[in-house]
Amino acid sequence: MNAQVINSMPDAISKAPPEEMVHIATDQWTQPFWDAAKQHKLVGAKCGNCGKFRLPPSPMCPKCHSQKIDWVNLSGEGSIYSYTIITRAMSPAVEPYIPYVPAVITLEGGGGTRLVSNIVGARVGDIAIGGKVRVIWEDHKDGMTVPHFELVPG
Amino acid sequence: MTIKDKTAIVGIGATPYTKRGQSAPQTMEELIAKAVLKAVDDAGLKITDVDGFAYFAGGHDTSLLTEILGIPEIRFTATLTGAGGGSAGALGLAASAIVGGLAKTVVVVCGVQQAVLRYGTYSSSHPADPYSSFYLYSGLVSPGQAFALLARRHMHLYGTTREQFAEVAMSTRLNALSNPAALMKKPMSKEDYFNAPMISDPHCLFDFCLETDGAVAAVVTSSERAKDLKQKPAYILASTHGGDGNWGRSLYWFNMPDDLFTSSGHNTVAKQLYEMAGVGPKDIDVAQIYDHFTSQVIMQLEDYGFCKRGEGGPFVASGAIRHKGGSIPVNTDGGQLSCAYIWGMSHVKEAVEQIRGTAVNQVKDAELCLVTGGPSNIPMSGLILRR
Repeated sequence: MNAQVINSMPDAISKAPPEEMVHIATDQWTQPFWDAAKQHKLVGAKCGNCGKFRLPPSPMCPKCHSQKIDWVNLSGEGSIYSYTIITRAMSPAVEPYIPYVPAVITLEGGGGTRLVSNIVGARVGDIAIGGKVRVIWEDHKDGMTVPHFELVPG
Repeated sequence: MTIKDKTAIVGIGATPYTKRGQSAPQTMEELIAKAVLKAVDDAGLKITDVDGFAYFAGGHDTSLLTEILGIPEIRFTATLTGAGGGSAGALGLAASAIVGGLAKTVVVVCGVQQAVLRYGTYSSSHPADPYSSFYLYSGLVSPGQAFALLARRHMHLYGTTREQFAEVAMSTRLNALSNPAALMKKPMSKEDYFNAPMISDPHCLFDFCLETDGAVAAVVTSSERAKDLKQKPAYILASTHGGDGNWGRSLYWFNMPDDLFTSSGHNTVAKQLYEMAGVGPKDIDVAQIYDHFTSQVIMQLEDYGFCKRGEGGPFVASGAIRHKGGSIPVNTDGGQLSCAYIWGMSHVKEAVEQIRGTAVNQVKDAELCLVTGGPSNIPMSGLILRR
């Protein structure tokens, strides 16, 4: 464990990336995840045959090839597996949204699966691997809803 | 049966390297054709001898090259799947065509023109699909951001530091300074490194490779035929590509097992490569390691067994990868960090120079040179050339 890691822009508050750059495409296997998101519910794709979780949800279980999926309601809690602080916009339109923090979140009750998302509304200096997080939802103008995570105090 | 030792790189050619956008008004096909002609000439062959092309990273249009260059007959044309991960493996693809009797003289060529896209962003070039939607929405739009997630966890688990990333950048810059073809001409101090703008923490500007225009080609033929050609052959001792199924789509999905997360994904490719070659890391004299990001040079050094997992940071900090005094000199031409970024093909060119003994920063009596393709989603690839 490395206690020496110092985050860039530690006193800034992490933002969400611009909604305009988010376009969610779906197919029959991923649609239920995004439908649940619209209801502000975080769900996991659990194989209906062998119980293995997978993310993103693909057409069949890589372990047993069953196409049956049990969509399990998750607690919405998780922990930060890794993160990066975006301090430079890759295009001018993104400039006002700096810094934002893409993170890999290990989902509680998700059988070890990780979701790529964002840590938002956090003091950047407080973000660390292992930190506890909780899902919050961002409703978009195009009708889609995406999960973000906030730090759980303490 | 394997491809071990049955083929050789007999010619290499490159256009001048320029900063992104500066190759205009030359077209991509023009750059590629120029590199191919140089490589064929270097080999002492004629363009009419070429009967095959092997590519990676999406490849190029063989029908167009055939028309432009006036090639009489094509007997093999194939592209390794994936992106820059296939650079070293494309040489193996060419070798397998020759060993399999499909073609006699196969050219591996790659060209890059980066005038439009910055930082290799993929979001603007790839519309969202149901799978990419699961990471693009987080604003992860560039490989340097994705690999920063691996670097951050490597720092967390093993205590790897930015000072150690800096050593990779500085060592590579030092090599570029004595290479007239390299784009970066200014020395880099540790202070320079830490003054560079942060892009995607922990990756700062100098952890990223360059953005370049240019093309590099290599001519492959049978070892038997290579003996009679103009140049000293660089024999393809081994070449492998692929990856651990658990690594899979790692750089998009980030669901690889914990022990692979802080790696370059090269574990199985490295194992197969050494097995085919019948050599180990201690036998390698010089290495051209795909350096899109400094942190991934460290993780590849671990995956190729130059040091243990987690020890790559202290390993580079010890001076091990320096041209002068290092136990395994790395990226002796200045690499993609400081010479040029041609999706790994400049590494192949430099490896051939080292084996011929004509490199600007020659490693004395180099007999074996390792080349790696870019850590990415499957495939990764490797190549060992011998004198």
